[in-house]
Formats: sequence, structure tokens, C-alpha cells
Amino acid sequence: MQEQVKAQVLAAHTRRRSIGFIPKLYYHYRRMAKWIAIFLAISGPGIIVMVADNDAGGITTYAVTGSRYGYGLLWFLILLGPAAYYVQEMTVRLGAVTKRGHAEAIFESFGNFWGWFSLLDLVLVNWLTLITEFIGMTAALSIFHIPPYITVMVVSIVMGIMVLQGRYWTWEKVALLFCGLNLIYIPCAFIVQPPVSEVMRGALVPGFPGGFNGNIFFFLMANIGTTIAPWMIFFQQSAVVDKGMDEKDIPFGKVDTLVGSMFTVLVAAFVIILTATMLKGIPIQSAEQASVAMMGINKYLGTFLAIGLFDAGFLGAICISLAGSWAFGEVFGWAHSLNNKIREAPWFYGSYFIAVITAGAVVLIPGAPLVEITLFVQVIAVTLLSAILVFLTLLLNDKELMGKYTNTLFQNIISVTIVSVIIVLSTLYAVSVLFPNLFS
Amino acid sequence: MREFLKHRFKKIYEINQRYAKPRIQTTRSVRFALIFLKLYLFFLLGILVLKFINSLKGS
Repeated sequence: MQEQVKAQVLAAHTRRRSIGFIPKLYYHYRRMAKWIAIFLAISGPGIIVMVADNDAGGITTYAVTGSRYGYGLLWFLILLGPAAYYVQEMTVRLGAVTKRGHAEAIFESFGNFWGWFSLLDLVLVNWLTLITEFIGMTAALSIFHIPPYITVMVVSIVMGIMVLQGRYWTWEKVALLFCGLNLIYIPCAFIVQPPVSEVMRGALVPGFPGGFNGNIFFFLMANIGTTIAPWMIFFQQSAVVDKGMDEKDIPFGKVDTLVGSMFTVLVAAFVIILTATMLKGIPIQSAEQASVAMMGINKYLGTFLAIGLFDAGFLGAICISLAGSWAFGEVFGWAHSLNNKIREAPWFYGSYFIAVITAGAVVLIPGAPLVEITLFVQVIAVTLLSAILVFLTLLLNDKELMGKYTNTLFQNIISVTIVSVIIVLSTLYAVSVLFPNLFS
Repeated sequence: MREFLKHRFKKIYEINQRYAKPRIQTTRSVRFALIFLKLYLFFLLGILVLKFINSLKGS
């Protein structure tokens, strides 16, 4: 019997070896083409959430970092890429295995108190962040003399059309187009021809330009705050569920998240390279100021920077507003899919429009406390981020829920380290926002 | 409007009933994490109140 099996294995091996080079190549090509086709069909949530993470606030942070510290903090951004990947990768597994959004998962696993806390905190922080996205968009288009009310109206209408067309797939592809526009900073940075050796030194050699002090600490924490945000966890998990991803799709979801995390670091790094090359030493407070200052040096680059800022705000707005509506829909049991028509999911779309219209309206109120809102949003975001990261880690360790997709020991060591560092630094960031003189 | 509010409150009551009991096993690590979170939230609330008092004094 054993001899027979051996002979069969040998025959199969000989047959495989006798296949020619061309058929083998064709086989690998077909296999790769199939893999790419599946990846293209499944990818989306990871890339969108990561690129949208470079929202208006993010672009402002990177522009100011570049103009103050040159290429000196590029290494820190590169470290943040894997951290963002590990956090978001957990949401892919959680969404694909449980087929539930994050809000529902918290209610179910941790009960009412933490459920309501997370939901209401998410709604508040999303709404405040949405206001900051509108601030970024109106500021960017005001450079081109477009009045804020026109910007708010047009953006709200476009956001409405995007969700009302009735298909998640279409929404995702349009969002991916805007993600593509976010890459505008990469050619811009090549145009300015930065000194490659200095850029490489800044990217590969850790250091603190001017020494470690309160100011640089503030910027490190601000960069963390813009790279890992609470809405991202809710958004990606809900998007994975809305897209109908299954356990077998997890490897593709991971690659999607990995590609997204590379994009987010690339865009952030190139914004820093651009502003470090062109605006080093110029006191810049916002991305809008950076665009105007850049226009004085190179009209086209300044224009691209402003377009990029608008796009970043728009991407942030379309994702953040959806994250809140998905969460409400999950908990209240409303139909909450972009595949539903407005008649089928009135509450889902209603909550979406209420958030968008009210956030846009706040920006138009004369004398509205926009600076206070921008500061307050950091503190509220930190309260939610810490709680969500703890819940995420606990859920990923729940064997009954996750089965074979439970965190391994290695994943736990990485995630607990990342979560602990993020909680400590983001808390210090929130404290430094409230008390600016504390660390100086 | 009254009907609307009644329906909403009924829904919230239902949600509270449905999720009254946490499903996750309350092992020592889970208990520790939840206690840590509560203390942490009190801390953040405390600094917010402090900031509010400071800004009142400043104005």
C-alpha cells in the first residue's frame, strides 16, 4: 500500500516537472490576476479610512511640523504607520467575524453604560470633527475667493448625492477617487526637488531638532492624534460589515489596510517634505496659511496645497459623518446600509444629513468659537480613543466571539504596547491642549 | 411629537433591556481594564472642569 502511494506521489511529481515553462508562467499569471481581481473587489475600507485620516486637521499638523522642524520628525511619522495598521487591522477581523459594527459590539459585550458612553461620545466627537473639516474646506476655497456659504452648500449637496445613489460600491469608488486626489502632495514634493540626503537622514535617523522640549513633545503628540482617531475604528468596522466581507476575505482586508497605512504615511511625509523645503522658518499656523505663503513662492504649488487641503477636509467629512450614522443604525436597529434606498433607511440618512447640515451651519455663524471647538475636539477624542482601544483589545481576546481569529500572543504584545503608548501620549496631548504652558 | 418621543423612549428602554447584561466574561483583566477606564474618565473630566474654572477666572 505504502509502495503504491509512493509511486503515485512520484508520478505526480514527474508530471509537474514535465509541465513546460510557458504553461507554468501562464498558470502563475492567471493566479496572480485572480488574486489582484479579488483584492480590487475587496479593497476599499482600509485605503479610504487611512487616506481620510489625513484630514484637514492632519494636513495642518503636517504643514506646521514641516515648516518648524524641517525633515527632522519624518522618522516619527514612519513609526506611526505600523501602529495605525495594527489598530485598524483588528477592526477588519472583528467586523468580518462578528458581522457587527463597533458600537453594537461594545453594547453587546460590555453592556449599557459603556455602550451609551461610546455612542454618545462618538457622535459628539464626530460632529465636532466634522465642523473642523468644514473649517478646513471653507478656508481652502476662500483662497480662491469662494464664499464659505457656497462651499458649505455645494459640499453638503455633493455629500448627499454620494450617499443617496443607493449603492455602497459606488460610494466607495467615488471616495477612492478623492483618495487619489489626496496624493497630489507627492508630485508637489518632487517638483520642489528637496535635498535627498537630508530627507533620508530625517526619515531614518531619529532625533529631535533643537532638542527635546515642550514644543516638540506637543508636535509629536499632535501627529499621533491625527494618525489614530476614534472614528476610524468605527468607520472601518462598519464599512467591512456594509461591504459584506467574510472571514475568508480577512487576508485581503489586511492587505487593503496595509496599503492604506502606507499611503497615509506617504502623504503625511510628503506634506512635511513640501513645507520643510519651501517654508522652513516661516511661522505657519495652518495649512491655509501655508498655501498662501507657498503661492507667494510658486503659484501652482500653493494652489495644489489648497486643493489638497480641501480634498482632505472633504474626505474626512464623508467618512466621519457616515461613521456616526452607521453606529446609530446598529444600536437602534434601523436599516443602516448605503445599499438601502432613503425610503428603506430614513433614520440612517436622516442622522447623516442632520450631522452634515448642522456642522456646516456652525461654520457660517459669525463669531462662532471655532478655535475653542478645535481644541475641545482633541480632549473629547482622547476620552473616546482610550476607551475604544481598550474595548478593541478585549474584544479581540474574546475566544468565544473571535474563534480562531483571536489575537495571538505576538499580536497582543504589539497591540497592548501600541495601545498603552497611544493612551499615555494622547492623554498628555489633551492636557497640553488645555494647559499649553504645562510642558514648556 | 408626543408619539414620536414616546416611541423613541420606548426604543431606548428596549436597547437598555437587550444589553442589560454584558456578554463578555468578567475575568480579572476585564475587570481591571474597566476600572482603569472609569478612573481615567474621571481624570479627564477633572481636567476639563479645572480648565473651565481657570477660564472663568481668566475672564
